[in-house]
Amino acid sequence: MRPRSRKAAPPTARTFTEEDTMPNRLDIAKTYKLFVNGAFPRSESGRTTLVSTPKGEPIAHVAKASRKDLREAVEAARGALAKWSEGTTAYNRAQILYRVAEMMEGKRGEFVEALASVGPDAAAGGARAKGVKKGATKGLRPEDEVSLAIDRAVHFAGWADKHAQVLGCCNPVAGPFYTFTSPEPVGVVAVVSPRTPALLAMVSLMAPALAAANTCVVLASEQNPLLGALLGEVLATSDVPPGVVNVLTCDHAEVLPIIAGHRDIDGVHGAGLPAAHAAILHGGAAENVKRVTIRTPAPDWASDAACEHPGWIEPLVEFKTIWHPASA
Amino acid sequence: MTTLRKGGTFNLAPAPESIKVEIKPRYGHFIGGAFVEPRKAKRSADAAAAPSHFTTFNPATERPLAEIAHASAADVDAAVAAARAAQPLWAALPAKERGKHLFRIARRIQERARELAILETMDCGKPIKESRDVDLPLVAAHFFYHAGWADKLAFAFAGRTPRPVGVCAQVIPWNFPLMMAAWKIAPALACGNTVVLKPAETTPLTALRLAEIFEEVGLPKGVVNIVTGDGSTGAALVGHAGVDKVAFTGSTEVGKRIAKTLADEVAAGTRAAPKRLTLELGGKSPHIIFEDASIDQAVEGIIGGIFFNQGEVCCAGSRLFVQESILDRVIAKLEHRMASLRVGDPLDKNTDVGAINSGAQLERIEHYISVGQSEGARLHQPVSSWKKPGKGHWCAPCFFTGVQPSHTIAREEIFGPVLSVMSFRTPEEAITRANNTPYGLSAGIWTDKGSKVFEIARKLKAGVVWCNTFNKFDPASPFGGFKESGFGREGGMHGLRGYVEVSS
Repeated sequence: MRPRSRKAAPPTARTFTEEDTMPNRLDIAKTYKLFVNGAFPRSESGRTTLVSTPKGEPIAHVAKASRKDLREAVEAARGALAKWSEGTTAYNRAQILYRVAEMMEGKRGEFVEALASVGPDAAAGGARAKGVKKGATKGLRPEDEVSLAIDRAVHFAGWADKHAQVLGCCNPVAGPFYTFTSPEPVGVVAVVSPRTPALLAMVSLMAPALAAANTCVVLASEQNPLLGALLGEVLATSDVPPGVVNVLTCDHAEVLPIIAGHRDIDGVHGAGLPAAHAAILHGGAAENVKRVTIRTPAPDWASDAACEHPGWIEPLVEFKTIWHPASA
Repeated sequence: MTTLRKGGTFNLAPAPESIKVEIKPRYGHFIGGAFVEPRKAKRSADAAAAPSHFTTFNPATERPLAEIAHASAADVDAAVAAARAAQPLWAALPAKERGKHLFRIARRIQERARELAILETMDCGKPIKESRDVDLPLVAAHFFYHAGWADKLAFAFAGRTPRPVGVCAQVIPWNFPLMMAAWKIAPALACGNTVVLKPAETTPLTALRLAEIFEEVGLPKGVVNIVTGDGSTGAALVGHAGVDKVAFTGSTEVGKRIAKTLADEVAAGTRAAPKRLTLELGGKSPHIIFEDASIDQAVEGIIGGIFFNQGEVCCAGSRLFVQESILDRVIAKLEHRMASLRVGDPLDKNTDVGAINSGAQLERIEHYISVGQSEGARLHQPVSSWKKPGKGHWCAPCFFTGVQPSHTIAREEIFGPVLSVMSFRTPEEAITRANNTPYGLSAGIWTDKGSKVFEIARKLKAGVVWCNTFNKFDPASPFGGFKESGFGREGGMHGLRGYVEVSS
């Protein structure tokens, strides 16, 4: 991690005072973009959202994805599915997911800064978003959230080549047949992050989907979309093939109806969402019989017992049962 | 009734099942452990709209079998209340005791299997050969299998603790009336839930007979409740606030409507999370034959795959893909084999294909047959000596050649004895075309090459893949679909998941 001794305030939260109106060196501010098909495009709409500190001081503009960006992300995820689920081995996927954790560790400083600058409770207008029950996760310090998120990625990396053994089985049917059931990826999964904890929840929802060989379109936290933009940068350098994960920063209310009605999205994985958002997504089951899992209320994200078990993978797989005669 | 013969080489004398099964003139609902008369509708307008009883017919004779109560919202209320009251008591029973109740049910079903099979055939139209040799053994086996799970559930969910979901609303179709009841009730009960079951409008009799068995073996009151009626009863049950889980088997159209109802309950703020839902919906399953298959075995598989239960099977192999080099041979063998199928009296032990379940379903099938012809496919109905009787709903088995992927009969579920035959050249083409459907319930592969079996099986998007066999079912083996064929599994260890909540 790069030491940041020069500044008291993190660069992303930087506000100018009289002393530094004429700094010796101008910091290079980052442009936060979407992550789609392995590249970093701006929103095709040209729109951005201003992210501010709890006091209302501007931090950065992040891209505000449009419906068209979402559709492109889904196309990228669909395009990457065969390569990710069939063209790589489970052992391979496990190593790539472990590599994600490694790269997250390398970006720890930036994650911490981004979490600290927006703060844990800065909902829109300072008020808690309507319809969200207070979650079980209490006062998570940015450093701890990052550590938990990295460790969660490691946990699910290890599942990639084990969930088929834990969730699948041989079926002792009453006849001369060899019959077995094994999990396959659902397909393209939309991961919908709650407002907070912006990094930990996003990783906890995404990692099991990837471990199960799905490809994802991830909607970053609306409260702190910076973490989504940063996660894209991690994924870009982690050997995750292009399109396997696509991260969008956006206005959820605008994009969720498109997700619900999108016939090329097979599953949805979310938690701690406002009731109105959850209802929109559940309506997706009525559109194309999507597999919609929204964990309500949100789990205690800091708890390994609550967030690290095969129940996180189970709703993101399809069980296929194969029969073959076992008689000559 | 005379047995119908179709150009086969054998002329068999009629061999009708001789046992007479007693059917009461009228049936009420089974609520709280007893048969009860339907409650009177509160407003006269409702009473006019929905009479208190309707008639169930024998589809082979069109003769009425019994008057069946039509459940109003008040009846559904009473049934849910009974299930709700019984649930904590049932869940609190020692798990082994719950299991023993299920074992008893399984045994009693075995003892009354003949009577149940005959009743099933009379109400449903399926050949007695199938209800006797397939449906009933599977019904008993389903209860027996799940009985054993009741006290072993903790071992099915690694590192997690299962607990019952609560009250389950279960709505089932008319194609396997008793088997679907067993698939729904047995796992629900094993996991400590209670049930309100709604059998299909045209086939309520065996579920009601099952209720008599529950009474007979002393299943605690309210653990299983059965309300009869049409779609409106089903909708009232699914939308009932006292229900925790909905399990539905039926059409994709109705399945989507149920999903919408449950989503709307969340939108309206009635519930924070939707009711649990499992759906087992329609299919348009591909059946692929490669040139290196054992062709005679494959033809038997195709015949069973599409004509089992008159093709009124959600996982029927209704799209046949034949490798081009063997297309003519396969078609010739199909025609030859179909000529010896016996269509006719479902109660005749020699009958292969029985009656279509209802006039409405027959109309639907006939509509698809005429659409298939008008869109340019060629109809084959090798039924030279078959004479349709004056009464009953009949459809001679048939297949189409010259079918294009865009044809209606290649895309939509027909739910009848109608097969669409298409050809392919390479395995890749077979896979692409097989997967080119919104459905994903089952698939069949015929090839003698082992590595090909597993490569194709892996790439087919279907919940059940039968390799060198077809239409095999077992309580120990999960059944259910990918994509728009639904979600959740029934049977096996995986079927339990739909009936438990798990916590870490």
